[in-house]
Amino acid sequence: MESSVLKIENFGASFGEHTILKDINLYFSRNTLTAIMGPSGCGKTTLIRCINRMHELVPNARVSGKILLDNQDIYNTDAIIVRRQIGMVFQRPNPFPTMSIYDNVIAGYKLNGIKLRKEEMDRTVEESLRKAALWEEVKDALHRRGSFLSGGQQQRLCIARALAMHPEVLLLDEPTSALDPKSTAHIEELVSQLKNGVTIIQVTHNIAQAARVSDFTAFIYLGELVESGPTARMFTGPKDKRTEEYLTGKFG
Amino acid sequence: MGKIERSVHRRIWVDKLFKAIIILLSLGSIVPMFLILFLITKNGISVVNWEFLSQLSKPVGEIGGGISNAIFGTLWLILLSFIFSVPLGIFAGIFLSEYRGGKLAYLTRLSIEILQGIPSIVIGIIAYVWVVLPMGSFSALSGGVALGIMMLPVIVMATEETLKLVPDSLREGSLALGVSYPRTILKVILPAGLSGILSGILLGIARVAGETAPLLFTAFGSPFMNQNILKPINSLPLTIFNYATSPYPEWHTLAWGASFVLITFVLGLNLITKLVTKKWKVQF
Repeated sequence: MESSVLKIENFGASFGEHTILKDINLYFSRNTLTAIMGPSGCGKTTLIRCINRMHELVPNARVSGKILLDNQDIYNTDAIIVRRQIGMVFQRPNPFPTMSIYDNVIAGYKLNGIKLRKEEMDRTVEESLRKAALWEEVKDALHRRGSFLSGGQQQRLCIARALAMHPEVLLLDEPTSALDPKSTAHIEELVSQLKNGVTIIQVTHNIAQAARVSDFTAFIYLGELVESGPTARMFTGPKDKRTEEYLTGKFG
Repeated sequence: MGKIERSVHRRIWVDKLFKAIIILLSLGSIVPMFLILFLITKNGISVVNWEFLSQLSKPVGEIGGGISNAIFGTLWLILLSFIFSVPLGIFAGIFLSEYRGGKLAYLTRLSIEILQGIPSIVIGIIAYVWVVLPMGSFSALSGGVALGIMMLPVIVMATEETLKLVPDSLREGSLALGVSYPRTILKVILPAGLSGILSGILLGIARVAGETAPLLFTAFGSPFMNQNILKPINSLPLTIFNYATSPYPEWHTLAWGASFVLITFVLGLNLITKLVTKKWKVQF
């Protein structure tokens, strides 16, 4: 696929003696939403943490194979540059508690020491918050700390924070697992709109969520990529027996 | 009364007795503090007035005189010890909380714990040997070094304990934005732990403000208003020590007054610490 913005080729990852992922091959098309699903402990979170090199925070982490962003191997690029191009939102909302909502959104610039003019900052903040569907709720409280926001709002603030850096790829690591059903629905709707401007890779162990929001699905089991393809095809006619068993709730 | 009823009755009575005992004992533990405060206030407050705070001491036999040089000296010594211990302590604390498992961390933590246990008089001797002897004079600088060594463990431990409580998710959030490790530490982790570190610093200051022993052969004391850090300097505890051990009753009164000033200062610091911890506490 030539339109692939991100390619994972013969990729493996291990922590010390433990092999977590082996021989993963996955392509992600521009401006699509791919769900990575699988039971707990299958390696799906490790996989997306490898995509912006966050797994390197663990000592003894090693990888093999390649991950290419626009045909550039991210393991031959500085991790800091990679992380600015590939944003990430985590399981639990983690806005910076010492900063205002405004500062949280442009934290990527402020913390990196990138100077923006006042109008640029204002514009980036408003744009990002609008994209994250949070603007209307917080526009009168931009300079207050974000701690009064609900969990779902905090998660949208974290999405806005990632979007403010204009990433090519946005990684979502089970972004709704700590949220109530209403906030979950809100985030799902938001994510489906976002994919018009950014390639999204979302980890989930919620099968129904994968079916609802994604264009493509990859199923990972015990560190291996079992099957991947368009979501509709995967859910209606899985090729691998293990995929079918997982989707029908035989395990996981 | 039946057997069961009697036993229940007894139990209720034992419960009440137990409660009464713990209340009484905890009251007992706050009595010494109030007695000390009462005694010092009673003997000291009448001496304290503007003249007392703003004037130098007078020769024996003359009425009045103040402790301005001791107050100034104590503030000077605190500033010096702050400069020597706070940056070092904060960075050591960051190191300990970041590299918890390593050998160097183990060694550092052990040294800090031992350092905290070293008697203050010994630290005074060390500062004497390290600073006073080579420089050939008692000095404010050597006193600052001695107090700085005493403050260091408090600050290291406060920093480490506070930073350990900052959740990893903040670090991840910052790194995932492409922020470098040093900037993540300085701009995300440290601010999140600021209230704990500040209260550590204030407690450290409160601890050394009343130290006498390490100053006996370092700062030494001086009857003059000295602003040169290479010369001997007075401090509140030294003043109290010298006045209280003198044979003149009017100097004893001055010692009470100085005690009152010192204890007000330390008490104030402790209260401010409580406020800082409460007000600036970051909710994660």
